[in-house]
Amino acid sequence: MLWFKKDMANKDKETKGVLNRLKERLSKTREGFASRVDRVVFGKKKIDDDLLEDIEEILITSDLGVQVTYRLIENVKEKVKRKELNDPNLLKECIQREILDILKAEEKPLEISNSCPFVIMVVGVNGVGKTTTIAKMANRFKEEGKSVLLAAADTFRAAAIEQLEIWSERAGCKVIKHQNGADPSAVVFDSIKAAQARDIDVLIIDTAGRLHTKVNLMEELKKIQRIIGRELSGAPHEVLLVLDATTGQNAISQAKLFKEATNITGIALTKLDGTAKGGIIVSISGELKIPLRYVGIGEGMDDLKVFNAKEFVDALF
Amino acid sequence: MFESLTEKLNAVFKKLRGHGKLTEENIRDVLREIRLVLLEADVNFRVVKDFIEAIRVKALGQEVLTSFTPAQQVIKIVNEELTYLLGGENSQLNLSGKPPVSIMFVGLQGSGKTTTVGKVARFLKEKKRDTYLVPADVYRPAAIDQLQKLGQDLEIDVYNPGPGEDPLTICTNALRSASINGHDVVLIDTAGRLHIDEELMQELQRIKERVLPKEILLVADAMTGQDAVNVAGKFNEVLGIDGVILTKMDGDARGGAALSIKAVTNKPIKFVGTGERLDALEVFYPDRMASRILGMGDVLSLIEKAQATFDDKKAMEIEKKIRKNAFTLGDFKEQIQQIKRMGSLDQILGMIPGVNKIKGIKGLQPDEGELVKIEAIINSMTKKERLNHTILNGSRRKRIAKGSGTSVQDVNKLIKNYVQALNMIKKLNTSGMKGFKREMLPF
Ligand SMILES: Nc1nc2c(ncn2[C@@H]2O[C@H](COP(=O)(O)OP(=O)(O)OP(=O)(O)O)[C@@H](O)[C@H]2O)c(=O)[nH]1
Ligand SMILES: Nc1nc2c(ncn2[C@@H]2O[C@H](COP(=O)(O)OP(=O)(O)OP(=O)(O)O)[C@@H](O)[C@H]2O)c(=O)[nH]1
Ligand SMILES: [Mg+2]
Ligand SMILES: [Mg+2]
Repeated sequence: MLWFKKDMANKDKETKGVLNRLKERLSKTREGFASRVDRVVFGKKKIDDDLLEDIEEILITSDLGVQVTYRLIENVKEKVKRKELNDPNLLKECIQREILDILKAEEKPLEISNSCPFVIMVVGVNGVGKTTTIAKMANRFKEEGKSVLLAAADTFRAAAIEQLEIWSERAGCKVIKHQNGADPSAVVFDSIKAAQARDIDVLIIDTAGRLHTKVNLMEELKKIQRIIGRELSGAPHEVLLVLDATTGQNAISQAKLFKEATNITGIALTKLDGTAKGGIIVSISGELKIPLRYVGIGEGMDDLKVFNAKEFVDALF
Repeated sequence: MFESLTEKLNAVFKKLRGHGKLTEENIRDVLREIRLVLLEADVNFRVVKDFIEAIRVKALGQEVLTSFTPAQQVIKIVNEELTYLLGGENSQLNLSGKPPVSIMFVGLQGSGKTTTVGKVARFLKEKKRDTYLVPADVYRPAAIDQLQKLGQDLEIDVYNPGPGEDPLTICTNALRSASINGHDVVLIDTAGRLHIDEELMQELQRIKERVLPKEILLVADAMTGQDAVNVAGKFNEVLGIDGVILTKMDGDARGGAALSIKAVTNKPIKFVGTGERLDALEVFYPDRMASRILGMGDVLSLIEKAQATFDDKKAMEIEKKIRKNAFTLGDFKEQIQQIKRMGSLDQILGMIPGVNKIKGIKGLQPDEGELVKIEAIINSMTKKERLNHTILNGSRRKRIAKGSGTSVQDVNKLIKNYVQALNMIKKLNTSGMKGFKREMLPF
C-alpha cells in the first residue's frame, strides 16, 4: 500500500543529475586507497569539522560501521578539546592506534596441538570461501609436514563434494565422502574414525554454507558438532567461522549467531584482495572477542596469510 | 531483508509523532536518524548523502502537503524517494530477437551466479522456453560439474565443454550448438572475478563481443557492504550491464546494497534470490521493497506466491470436501505438500510483517523436517484410516509409528493437529468460505 500515487514525471531529470555527480565522486574514491587519510589531511593546518567528516567517510566506507566510527571520531574530538591532539598529521596514527589495539587483542594464530587428530570444523554463510580456505589450510599444514584429512560434509550444494576432491588432490590429501544428499553427521562420524585409524594429524571438516538465521540448518550444525565431540572428546578443537570481507554490517549478525550455535573459536576473513576493506571485523573483535586466524587474499592455494593486525590496519587507510 | 531498517525507521517516525509542525530543526533531527539508519543498513556513504539531501529539499519544498501530519509527510517523502531510487518500475527480462537469445551472468566470487543461472533456467522452463546452459567457468574447481548437476535436476541441456576449451571457445561453440538444436534461450554462467582484475574483466568483454548477449546481469550478494558501489560501478563501466539480481535475501541483511547498486548503475534490479533451492527466485518490486523498508511488510509477495503455488483444481476439490465436512487425513497430507511447494517456511515467515519483531519467533518456526515426518506418518496409514481418524486406536497408532519410523507421540501429535484443523474448518464452514485460501496457512 502506498500513501500516494507515484509522481515521477519530473523526477528523472533531477535524479540523473544526482547520479552523474555520484559517479564522479566515486571515481575519485576509487583512484587510490593507499593513503586516503594522508590525502585528506594534506595541507590542513588544524583538525576541524570538515576534516573529521572526511575521516568519517573513510572509516564508514571501510565497513567499520557507524558505531565504531562515531566512537573513534568522538575520541579524536575529545583529544582535540583537551589539547592532546591538534596536528592533523598525527590524526592518522591516533586513529590507527585505537583500531590496532582492538585487533591486536585478537591476533591469535591457530596452533595445532597434538590431538591426533586435531579437528577443525569450518562454518559460515553461503559462498564466503569455506571450501577454498580449507584447501589453503590443508596445503599449509602439509607444507609444515603434517598429515591432513578432509571431510566432505557439505552434501547439499551441487558438486560441493567434487570441488573439495579436486582441491584435495592439489593439496595432496585424502577426502572422506558420502553420496550427494547423505547425512552430513554420518560423513563426519566416518571421517573421525578414518583419521584415528590412519593416525592423521589434522582433520578439516567442510560444512555446507548456511544463513545464520535458518534455525533448522543451525540445528544441523550443532548436531554435527555434538557428534564430533562424542566420537573424540575435546573435539572439535577449532570451529573456524569464515567471513567475506565484502560483507557489510550483516557480518556482525553472522558472527553472533554462529557463535551462539557453535561456539566459534576463530575467524578467517576472505577476499581481502578486492577493494573491500573488511572493516567489520573491528566491531566483531571489539564486541565478540573471537580470535582472528587467517586472511584470504586470492583464489590460489597459497593465498592464505596468518592474520596480522598491523598489516590489516595499514591496509585500511 | 530490510528488517532492521524497518524497525529503525519506525522508531524515527514514532519520535516524530506529536510534533505539530515540520520545522527546519526537527527535519534535521529526522534526517540525522534516517542517515544513521541507512548507513547501518550498508547503503553507501555517498548514496546516503545524496538521498538525505534529496529528502531535505523535498521536505522543505512545496510538495509537502498540508493535509498530513508531520510523520506522514516525512514517511511519504522517504517512501517515494526510496521507491524511486530502488527502481521506479518492475523490469522484465528482455528475450526479444532472433533465437537463440543469450543472457550472461557476471559478478564477484561466490555471489550466487551458478545457482542463479539454475533458478532463471527453472523460471524460463515454467514459461515454456527451451533453455540451454553454458558453463563458461573453467577456473573454479568443479564449477562445470555444478552447473551440469543443476541442469540434470531441471532436465535442461547443458553444453559439455571439451578438454582445454577456454571460456570464449566454450561460448562460441555452445551458441552454435544452441542454434543447431533449436534452443531459444542461452544462459551463460561465468567465473566469479574481482572487478579490479583487468585480465578477467577483458575476458568478459570478449565474450560479450562474441555472443552479443541480450542481457548482462550482475549477480550481487544482498549482504554486500560499502564496496557494492565500486563493484557494481566497475562491472557496469566495463560491460554495460542490463540489470541486477540480488541474492541471499532470505537472511537478515538489511540490504542497503540494493540502493547503492541502483544508484551507481541506474540499472534495474530484476530478481531477488531468497534461498538455496532453485525455486527461490522472486521478481523484484521496488515499491514493495520500499514499503517493506517502511514497515509495511511484503504482504503482496506472500499472497502472490501462495496463489501461484496453490494448485487451483486441488483447492476446489478440497474446498468441496471441506464444505461437506469431509476433510480427511489424506487431504491433510495434500495440504502439507502444497505448503512445502511454496518454498521454505522461514522464507515465507520472513515476508509477514511484524514477524521479525516478535521475540522468540525462532522457536516457533515450523520445522520442515516435521512436515516430512507428518507425510511419512500419513503414508503409513491404511486407506480406511485416512478416511476416518476415529478408528485410530492404540494398536493402530503403534503400527503406524513403526511403519513410518516415528514414535507414537508423533502420531498422537499429528492426529491432535488434524482434529484442530478439522475444528477450524467446521468453524469456517459456519462463517462462510471467504478468505479460505489464506486461512489455510496455519501460520
Ligand atoms: N578473490 C578471492 N576469492 C576467493 C577467496 N576465497 C575464496 N574465493 C572464491 O570465492 C568463491 C566461493 O568459494 P568457496 O570456497 O566455494 O565458498 P564456500 O563458502 O565453500 O561456498 P558454499 O559451500 O557454497 O557455501 C570461489 O570462486 C572461490 O574461488 C579469496 O580470498 N579471494
Ligand atoms: N541462502 C541463499 N543462498 C544462496 C542464494 N543464491 C545462492 N546461494 C548459495 O550461495 C553459494 C554460492 O553460490 P554459487 O552459485 O556457487 O555462486 P557463484 O557466484 O557461482 O560462485 P563462483 O562461481 O565461485 O564465483 C552456494 O552455497 C549457493 O547455494 C540465495 O538466494 N540464498
Ligand atoms: Mg563450500
Ligand atoms: Mg559459479
